[in-house]
Amino acid sequence: MEKMRFNAETINLNEVLAFIDSKLEANDCPMKTQMQIDVAAEEIFVNVAHYSYHPEIGIVEVCVEFEENPRRVFVTFIDSGRPFNPLEKPDPDVTLSAEEREIGGLGIYMVKKTMDDVIYEFSDGQNHLTMVKNL
Amino acid sequence: MTLNTNLDGTTLTIEIIGRLDTTTAPVLEEEITKSISGIKTLVLDFGQLEYISSAGLRVLLKSQKTMMKQGKMIIVNASETIREVFELTGFMDILTLG
Repeated sequence: MEKMRFNAETINLNEVLAFIDSKLEANDCPMKTQMQIDVAAEEIFVNVAHYSYHPEIGIVEVCVEFEENPRRVFVTFIDSGRPFNPLEKPDPDVTLSAEEREIGGLGIYMVKKTMDDVIYEFSDGQNHLTMVKNL
Repeated sequence: MTLNTNLDGTTLTIEIIGRLDTTTAPVLEEEITKSISGIKTLVLDFGQLEYISSAGLRVLLKSQKTMMKQGKMIIVNASETIREVFELTGFMDILTLG
């Protein structure tokens, strides 16, 4: 398992994605899948950066792990901020017109839709959010 | 991300090169807010857009809402990958793709 720790601040987004991308590329992840994982990872990281420690700045640990049979990748975000399960957020109604659509709520929806599984767990005083994507 | 803007009468074209994410979306939002007054047609050229996250989608939705009141917004040259993000989020029905 590959791990890296970052300050949970949005200015570190590119570094977080670069870390994840480097592991995906090394494991021949298709371009489209990589973009879906990036979009999902951005949402989770930004969520932690905005809410978990606010107004303080804390640490988020990002882990990338590959598994064979079936071939899949697990990307986990671990933070020690306040307990928060972003998956409980209600899904936006994606059938509404532009006038009716509200700005926001899309991020977590995209994570749920593009990943094969998303698991939240609060344990040992930490938020663990794992995204699973089949490769 | 780099923005190339071109004003032709009441048509404003913005070419977005690179990534539209949490860190760059506010730059596009600011550019649109600053330049949109009196514009009848806003063209967003996505030919060189590599990536869009929900932060980028939020800017598109906001701009679409504004432009519906004063004209229209058209997105051109969106790649297959970007179109898939639009499909997934229901944005295909909201946006006009040219």
